[in-house]
Amino acid sequence: MNRFEYLRPDSISDAVKALSGVPGAQALAGGTNLVDLMKYDVAKPPRVVDINRLPLRAIEETAGGGLKIGALVSNSDLAWDSRIVKRYPLLASAILAGASPQLRNAATTGGNLLQRTRCYYFYDPSTPCNKREPGTGCAAVDGVNRIHAILGASESCIAVHPSDMCVALAALDATVHLQGADGSRVVPFSEFHRLPADQPQHDNTMRPGELITAVELPASGFVSYYTYLKIRDRLSYAFALVSVAVALKIEAGAITDARVALGGVAHKPWRDRDIEEWMRGKVPDEETFVSCAEALLRGAKGVGQNNFKLELAHRTIVRALRQAAAATPQDQSSKIVR
Amino acid sequence: MAQRSQSSSALELNLTVNGTRRVLTVEPWVTLLDLLREQFQLTGTKKGCDQGQCGACTVLVDGKRVNSCLILAISRDGAEITTVEGLAQADGLHPLQAAFVERDAFQCGYCTPGQICSAAGLLAEGHAHSRAEIREQMSGNICRCGAYTNIADAIEDVQGRRARREAAE
Repeated sequence: MNRFEYLRPDSISDAVKALSGVPGAQALAGGTNLVDLMKYDVAKPPRVVDINRLPLRAIEETAGGGLKIGALVSNSDLAWDSRIVKRYPLLASAILAGASPQLRNAATTGGNLLQRTRCYYFYDPSTPCNKREPGTGCAAVDGVNRIHAILGASESCIAVHPSDMCVALAALDATVHLQGADGSRVVPFSEFHRLPADQPQHDNTMRPGELITAVELPASGFVSYYTYLKIRDRLSYAFALVSVAVALKIEAGAITDARVALGGVAHKPWRDRDIEEWMRGKVPDEETFVSCAEALLRGAKGVGQNNFKLELAHRTIVRALRQAAAATPQDQSSKIVR
Repeated sequence: MAQRSQSSSALELNLTVNGTRRVLTVEPWVTLLDLLREQFQLTGTKKGCDQGQCGACTVLVDGKRVNSCLILAISRDGAEITTVEGLAQADGLHPLQAAFVERDAFQCGYCTPGQICSAAGLLAEGHAHSRAEIREQMSGNICRCGAYTNIADAIEDVQGRRARREAAE
């Protein structure tokens, strides 16, 4: 691990000052990803700003009937919070599908958004990687790439975003509250993460020195027709090969609102609002589900070892839509996929 | 700012470890795992993968189970830490330790301190109400000897679930 300057501010304004003061400064919350990356010399921040003393641990009601989740709320506290369980069961389910209890106890809401890809080459400083060292090339394109992207990838980078929680947050139309030296702003979740294009070193649209202070959920939580279906190499404690978050509203036998977000397939949680719009008014049946899957995966392509994800994603989307429409969400303990 | 360190200086750290409060100095890049093993000589907590994948380093921080290998010690200033050495009670083994012995819930024993600390965290959380939930909620602890069945048995014993189920049958 590199040597670094360690700061532990007590206020958000001091934290933002500390993060803005040195290029490459990193905020430390739970540490479950950053400390790991520092051990591998993938992250070598000259300054680490420990934000654990900031007052960002509350889950608060918003005027609009939603919830504002402080950036330091742990993944466990969030998943088991009675308001989340009751009003946003899709989010609770997605969180519990990820990592392990130990990691969820330490990992935070803000940190989950900022976790970095699990591409093998990103993690290995002896190989080229445009995300780790811009301009060096991508070892994954012609390498071991079975976990890599089938949508939205570029010549520079075929990495995927590893989060489960973010897939649910994308489906729920969450927003991200950011504080910078020049003020605060709120970013829609779909605009927070970005596709790699020719700058894969940037996972998201945060500006240098900005800090995530909260994630806000709108009032609509989709409590009846939802599921988070995650397909992985082993039953527990593995990243998604493909995951699908579905949230539906169904009235009088027709879909009135649809959200379908994919994980494990792109550099960000993947949604297509045109397809969701198309689903409105349709009967929630197999034909609709298959059409949705085909449309979502139009333009998807494999790079070799991950070609299997094309069929896997199709089947997982259809299965997840079926689960959601039947109001039988995936159980994250028994793991039996119905 | 409460704490500031240049790259060469160690910082003051307050920790209560297994009930004893200690004030020490630590460099900010030292993990909680290394601190416990090397400064506190509490070698029950194991360094398995050192990357948060095996769970052998599991300890309780303020009552919650975490991977000590992924935590910078300085970031938990003021915390209460419980390691496997702190679980035993004055009158003998912790019920989980006794159950692990009774159920033969280990073979080589390397993962066992982490398994037991993790199980203690699981019991305190109170979210495991079935065998499947125990297995899922113990999934952060890898056992290369494959003692999973007996580990789940031991946890069920301590929950009293197995006794109740057998009595009902």
